Amino acid sequence: MRIVIAKPGLDGHDRGAKVIARALRAGGHDVIYTGLRKRPKEIVRIVSDEDAEALGISTLSGAHKTLIPLICDGLRDNSLNQVVVFAGGIIPERDRAELFESGVRAIFGPGTKSSSILDFLDSIGNRKENDEPVGIGEGSRWHWGE
Amino acid sequence: MNLLGLVRGLDGIGVNDIELLSQALDGDRRSLAKMISLIESGEPINLQKPSNNWTLGVTGPPGVGKSTLIGRMAEYWVKRGEKVAILAIDPSSPFSGGSLLADRLRMGDIGTNKSVFIRSFSSNNYPGGFMPFLENVINLLSNSGWSKIIIETVGSGQSEIRIIAYADRILLVDGPDRGDIIQAEKAGILELADVIAINKADLPNTKKTASLVREGLELGDNPAPEVHLTSALNGSGVADLVDHIESLDLDWDRLKIRNRELLLAQWDSLLLSHHEIEQHLEKLCDGSITVAEAINHMSSSLDIGGD
Repeated sequence: MRIVIAKPGLDGHDRGAKVIARALRAGGHDVIYTGLRKRPKEIVRIVSDEDAEALGISTLSGAHKTLIPLICDGLRDNSLNQVVVFAGGIIPERDRAELFESGVRAIFGPGTKSSSILDFLDSIGNRKENDEPVGIGEGSRWHWGE
Repeated sequence: MNLLGLVRGLDGIGVNDIELLSQALDGDRRSLAKMISLIESGEPINLQKPSNNWTLGVTGPPGVGKSTLIGRMAEYWVKRGEKVAILAIDPSSPFSGGSLLADRLRMGDIGTNKSVFIRSFSSNNYPGGFMPFLENVINLLSNSGWSKIIIETVGSGQSEIRIIAYADRILLVDGPDRGDIIQAEKAGILELADVIAINKADLPNTKKTASLVREGLELGDNPAPEVHLTSALNGSGVADLVDHIESLDLDWDRLKIRNRELLLAQWDSLLLSHHEIEQHLEKLCDGSITVAEAINHMSSSLDIGGD
């Protein structure tokens, strides 16, 4: 799968994003890392130009409730409805329902094993094969770990 | 845009894909991105090469600052009103087949400028470095109004060098205190290069490296390419480098060498993807056939495709 790993906003810590990028590579995926401090619209453009199937957003700054929905809306506005969005970093349990509501399909917090992210991506592949909606603009309410 | 004038045969291409191609050629960026994926996955679209097609290959050892330098060059071109497309090719892991395509992040903010289009490719599954779809991706970009097309690859092996042979002109980048490109002469990198940049000129010893490279080049038979000092960090030397690249006359001797690389790449690719290569390797190991016999046998049944 072609996957973009993105760091939105004013957040200078990307060790986690890099560890995830490497784990996904070891799992056989093609990973494009955006680098630090990207604007939501820049991330949308990268996903579009690279024709990625999935977008992983890493955020530790506390701005996830603002940045992640902006990116999700940007993807839908640009007809990138099939892109699967997942997130990770410091995202408190109480904020998660809201993010799932905006179309995020999985949220991975500290302590997550990289194998669970690979399992999630496998399940995405299966859902796509069975024509089950899973993209950001495909109107599904499903999320990982439900 | 007259599609029929650009495409050599539309057989086997779906109506939706023709529509997508037409939108890409009309400048729709999202359609362009999707079309590139289709071409990479083997869609049989053969586009004509337009007369204003302009390509530059950039190669050199890992870590010398190729991506950062390309970002700087793109900034300079964008200021002059050019539209720059960058094809960034990174190697894939031989173990998992996965890849980490990180050239884009080193190109800086220019990477999301509306006049810059970056697409990352992983070199996996292309034995011998033969990426047959690249030519069509280049022609698609060129026909869609991208005036400067840059192909970047890691110059770490013969197959990586071959990818660069798709470009009409080649820039070789090295860093201070390395001299790796002189070491690499055996691999044929130097004879492919039209211009050389010694990057990281903000560090000590760059001038010394440049003179060593110049001396090395003077020993060759062909007219030596110019050696430029650049700093992708502060931008010095980048404008001169770009101006020189634009003034290059295409060299027919080098064109021949490049086509030779493409030929070799396809040959390697055919051999490495031959359906009986494993059996032949086993027979070579147990001594039941000779190398010449193996080649003879496999070459009589190569799946060349096309016509």
